[in-house]
Amino acid sequence: MTDSPMTDSPMTDSAMTDGPVTDVFAPLAKAFPEVEFEQVLESQQDVAHVPADRYVDFVAAARTAGFDVFVDLCGVDYLRSNPRYEVVTNLLSHEHVRRLRIRVGVSGTEPVLSSITSVFPGANFYEREVYDLFGIVFDGHPDLTRILMPDDWEGHPLRKNYSVGSVPVRFKESPKAQ
Amino acid sequence: MSDTPNVVTGDLEAPTTEAPAEAESTSSETADRKREVHDMWVAGTEEPAWMRSYTDEGAQEILAAEDESAPELTRGTVVEDDFIFDDVADDDELQILNMGPQHPSTHGVLRLHLELDGETIRRVKPIIGYLHTGMEKTAETLTYMQGSTNVTRMDYLSPMHMELAFSLAVESLLGVEIPERGQAIRVLLTELNRVSSHLVWCATQGTDLGAVSMLIFGLRDREYILQFFEKVTGLRMNHNFIRPGGVAADLPDGWEEDIEAILQKVPQGVSEYEELFNGNPIFRDRTMGVGVITPEECKALGVSGPIARASGINWDLRKAFPYSGIDKYDFDVPVGKHGDVWDRYLVRMEEIKQSLGIVKQVLETIPGGDYRTTDRKVTPPPRKRIDESMEALIHHFKLFTSGFKVPAGESYAAVESPRGELGMYVVSDGREKPWRLHARTPSFNHVQALPTMMTDSLVADIVATIASADPVLGDVDR
Amino acid sequence: MAHRSGPSGFLLTTYDAAINWTRTRSMWAATFGLACCAIEMMATGAAHNDLARFGMEVFRASPRQADLMIVAGRVSQKMAPVLRQVYDQMSEPKWVISMGACASTGGMFNNYALVQGVDEVVPVDVYVPGCPPGPQSLIHGILTLQDKVMSGEIVR
Ligand code: SF4
Repeated sequence: MTDSPMTDSPMTDSAMTDGPVTDVFAPLAKAFPEVEFEQVLESQQDVAHVPADRYVDFVAAARTAGFDVFVDLCGVDYLRSNPRYEVVTNLLSHEHVRRLRIRVGVSGTEPVLSSITSVFPGANFYEREVYDLFGIVFDGHPDLTRILMPDDWEGHPLRKNYSVGSVPVRFKESPKAQ
Repeated sequence: MSDTPNVVTGDLEAPTTEAPAEAESTSSETADRKREVHDMWVAGTEEPAWMRSYTDEGAQEILAAEDESAPELTRGTVVEDDFIFDDVADDDELQILNMGPQHPSTHGVLRLHLELDGETIRRVKPIIGYLHTGMEKTAETLTYMQGSTNVTRMDYLSPMHMELAFSLAVESLLGVEIPERGQAIRVLLTELNRVSSHLVWCATQGTDLGAVSMLIFGLRDREYILQFFEKVTGLRMNHNFIRPGGVAADLPDGWEEDIEAILQKVPQGVSEYEELFNGNPIFRDRTMGVGVITPEECKALGVSGPIARASGINWDLRKAFPYSGIDKYDFDVPVGKHGDVWDRYLVRMEEIKQSLGIVKQVLETIPGGDYRTTDRKVTPPPRKRIDESMEALIHHFKLFTSGFKVPAGESYAAVESPRGELGMYVVSDGREKPWRLHARTPSFNHVQALPTMMTDSLVADIVATIASADPVLGDVDR
Repeated sequence: MAHRSGPSGFLLTTYDAAINWTRTRSMWAATFGLACCAIEMMATGAAHNDLARFGMEVFRASPRQADLMIVAGRVSQKMAPVLRQVYDQMSEPKWVISMGACASTGGMFNNYALVQGVDEVVPVDVYVPGCPPGPQSLIHGILTLQDKVMSGEIVR
């Protein structure tokens, strides 16, 4: 057991992030012709639009392609568009020093998506959170229960048709409060 | 307990007919009761009845039996220890122990469900949500101008990093450039904040392992930094100082002396702690080989920051995706080997020193100039202009009452907070308020990784492991 | 304290005043740290501000041993039942300080998740304003509570 940690910094500069898109994504794009790749904001924010039925396969393939760090999974409610919900998964590759954002549309009338916990166990809590706050059901999740709200809570707070739930401020001396 | 709720396929009418009429009435009764306090639904958009069937999924407690489908990685690394027996007791000999949510060693309102076989932990389930504040929902009602007041209250030990991540995400949508001085101030404040956060970690880790005097020492040194923050931002915590477009104000007169005093006092304190901890046989025994997590587990579970570095992953967002010009400064990234509590202690101690090194460099090299962008779209006109010109006054008023519009799009920005990767995902629909704001908080993943670190270790190691993960519950539950 | 020194060195006071005095001099607080305010509560107990000057540096983890609950931070809907249970477990006499804007009124988070003021759950004796209240504010709040107990304004 050493008493002081090794200090070194091989990741010297960001130059290695500037590789052309095709290098990293070529194998993925080839295996999944239906997936659209896009670069937003020209700042290495690579986005893949994946159809819901290829989602798990794509995440598994991305993991083999080097995107082996699970970063984030969240839901978005685009109220009036079709499909209504979107599940956004963020993966990271230490090897390529690159991020990959996977966006999957989820239907509003039947919010069901397959779970990626079999690929990334780290998605467990995140999927529970999305389920809790958006009501999107993750098929194949080992323990899909509410996580942030109490067990008996009604509704899914982050949906756009769920109001903020603010109560009007009462002033003790005001005639209204009496 | 049901594993997965019934999945409605196609025919949405079917579940409604199945639901007994009596169940319907009770649920609407509870709804009425709740509505007295909270007006839940936007009128006319109530959820259809079948949607409610999703919500009674069972308790959040530990599962009755080991789930066969649980991925291998979450079962944890088995550590060699004389006290731990391999032969697992029968199910009926296991003891269920509930720890928290009101417990002095859980660092807030974390609750753990433990399944014990004598002194050995067989299964753990963290239960969170006791501090759920609904900040992501509140963020949708605040303008981008007000947004940083909200996010700064998430991770209350590193408010500066929360503000910075939010500002970076908004700025990348806006496409504004921050002047050099503004960036240097941001680096200065965030790195000081990293030091103060690690000092609190020192204090709590020490206290949890029985070194109660550490609580006094750690908070004593943190106080120097808080006093500086108070001088700069006006508040000791929850500053709302780093905002989209730059920082709120320039550094006050005489800040150089304050920083010099900090640079002198804090390292003294740190070497004191090292003296206390390094040779302390109790501390060494209670931390070495405890709470181990491997690099593979870190990656699969999304564990980042000092914990991932202690397990040997050489990864720091400040080096990999530099932000706010932090790549101009010279610093090293400490990396551990064993992934245990002891290595996390070493990594954090070294990070304090490296951060102080960055602060020193900022002090020496800080450029002059503007501290916020001159883009009038996001920055209010200077105070002097307001007195002279009506337009400037109107502009100022408009900015602070209705905020500025952000082009439609989505953006993810991440910074290296004291706990790990802190990301903000902002979706804008082209108006003054975000359509959706999601915070990817490091503590959330770390709490999720607690079972991996704890399974098949001893009860006494729980406290050491939680403390070394350094979860901030405001960061977990948001 | 209403007292008068007699000629032979006796201390005369009322029974109530003596009881109140003893109550204020060793008010032990239950740690009920919830959010950001809890960090300031810790800072109040630490070296710079030194709560020990007022005989209350002992933060008790067990509600059974505590007289004062400082609710430091935001109380969520999920936490409210726990809060009430901890309060019920404290032995009489007991007092509650609501520390911070969130605990007092819900603060800036007027939404579905938070209880809008702990006074909906437990009776509160002193409200400490601020977000977060600095250690000085908290100490002022505690001294106010001690004054109130001494003067018999709060009777338990
Ligand atoms: S009042 Fe402010 S500091 Fe206290 S818990 Fe609420 S947000 Fe945090």
